[in-house]
Amino acid sequence: MSDYLLRPEVNRSIRGAEDFGIVEKALTPWERLYHLVWLRKTVLLIVLAAIWEIYGRYLDNPLLVPTFTETVTALFEGLRSGLIVDRAWTTLKVLMLGFSVGVFLAAVLTILAITTRVGTDFLETVTAMLSPLPAIALLPLALIWFGLGIGSLVFVMVHSVLWPLALNTNAGFRAVSSTLRMVGRNYGLSGLGLVLKILIPAAFPSILAGLKIGWAFAWRTLIAAELVFGVASGKGGLGWYIFESKNQLDIPEVFAGLLTIIVIGLVVENVIFRTIEQRTLRRWGMQN
Amino acid sequence: MTAARKQAILPHKNRPRGIMPDQTLPPPLLDVRGVTLQYKTRDHLVTATYRVDFTVQRSDRFILLGPSGCGKSTLLKAVGGYMAPTEGDIILKGTRVTRPGPDRMMVFQEFDQLLPWKTVLQNVMFALETSGRLRGKAARDRALHYIEKVHLTRFVDAYPHTLSGGMKQRVAIARGMAMEPDILLMDEPFAALDALTRRRMQDELLQLWDDTRFTVLFVTHSIPEAVKIGNRILLMSPHPGQVKAEWNSVARDADPALAIALEERIHSVLFADRVEEQEHV
Repeated sequence: MSDYLLRPEVNRSIRGAEDFGIVEKALTPWERLYHLVWLRKTVLLIVLAAIWEIYGRYLDNPLLVPTFTETVTALFEGLRSGLIVDRAWTTLKVLMLGFSVGVFLAAVLTILAITTRVGTDFLETVTAMLSPLPAIALLPLALIWFGLGIGSLVFVMVHSVLWPLALNTNAGFRAVSSTLRMVGRNYGLSGLGLVLKILIPAAFPSILAGLKIGWAFAWRTLIAAELVFGVASGKGGLGWYIFESKNQLDIPEVFAGLLTIIVIGLVVENVIFRTIEQRTLRRWGMQN
Repeated sequence: MTAARKQAILPHKNRPRGIMPDQTLPPPLLDVRGVTLQYKTRDHLVTATYRVDFTVQRSDRFILLGPSGCGKSTLLKAVGGYMAPTEGDIILKGTRVTRPGPDRMMVFQEFDQLLPWKTVLQNVMFALETSGRLRGKAARDRALHYIEKVHLTRFVDAYPHTLSGGMKQRVAIARGMAMEPDILLMDEPFAALDALTRRRMQDELLQLWDDTRFTVLFVTHSIPEAVKIGNRILLMSPHPGQVKAEWNSVARDADPALAIALEERIHSVLFADRVEEQEHV
């Protein structure tokens, strides 16, 4: 006697693919277009611009909200005369300098943190103390220490790049599996060699995330700092351009300045960082 | 630990062919003498192994076998140089092991032991170049040679994340073998694979051994795997790990019944005083 029901066995022959309706079929052009990220995003941007244009015309007050077309006209005017290009270039130069110094210091701090115990404690303590401090709050101090000029701008930017980047990189280093570390040491690597050849590539997703955050923070801090002490560095940047235009009630120019900041931000995010991501993280299977 | 004492433990029917018990052995490749290993957790000092002795001869397929907690992996890490014994010595070719090095290549259980930012070929070459064994074309040729041996020539330019678990382990084995180390240290390399793949990998490993006669120290908790892969098996008891016996495995072309008999004998020694545990191939 058995506890289960005895049933006949089943054997079937497998049908060939030609018997099925669809095994593999190309998508329709519409479906394929819908899968293009850039196309979807472009359409979204166009919709946003249209809403802006309609609202601007409805309000009919260029001192509060100029229309999209007025803003774009002002932008092209600024580009044609070279004023915006000039201002943007000034800003970008300072930005590059501050960003590079910040990245360099973050590298030094995190390498110290990963190789020594004291370094870890130092990084954790200092980051916890200084990270919540808004960069702009340091500006008055920076002005006293470094005077009106690039020095102060770089100082506040380093402050805004350094902590998020160091924090992310350190977290990334810690997340590297002990197996990978042991593999590196198996090849005879230790100290700086291990950091450069194993830890940095293995922690690259976190480092890149830190760089993105650092970039955004630096960019914001710089524009804000320029708005506060404007043309001090002898030649103003985008922040100064916005400030100056506001003083002259050239509101379309203010919007044009803001638009420039947005466009530069989009380009850096979607072209530079995206390309780096595709060449590294996606290819290595560290990001989907 | 002397050769004479070790020979005395040998059961009669498992005596190795060619070497008589009263003959002296050549000096060992790896000599583990009275090794006690301890490590600290948050609030305990744990003794992983207690005064373990064994010697590995050139071209041995030496198995460390025991249940979880017998310190076999810790012992392998100590041979790898990742951890210093609190007592005893680990001597490789007459030199004490003090730190990790490319003369003892590890193959881990984890699939993430390959560098994800390097292709199969780059992974193998990177090991050769970083350790200073070979450079440029020579490294490339050696890497390709061993990648071919593990049947992955089609995948030389693939990144690890596109490979299956078994393929990743093959790359790790190719990487270890390409370094032509004195001894290959394998830490349950097939434990995370499905049963079919695992069996195939075991066969491939034995084929590779037929080709190159490398020396391997192989950690496993699977008795059938130990009997199949090894020529010599160290049986360890847990908490802390101590040597219970050191036996020869059956010849590879022997009657399967002999292998099963040996598996059962090992089982009765390892789990003499325990409830039977489920083992799988």
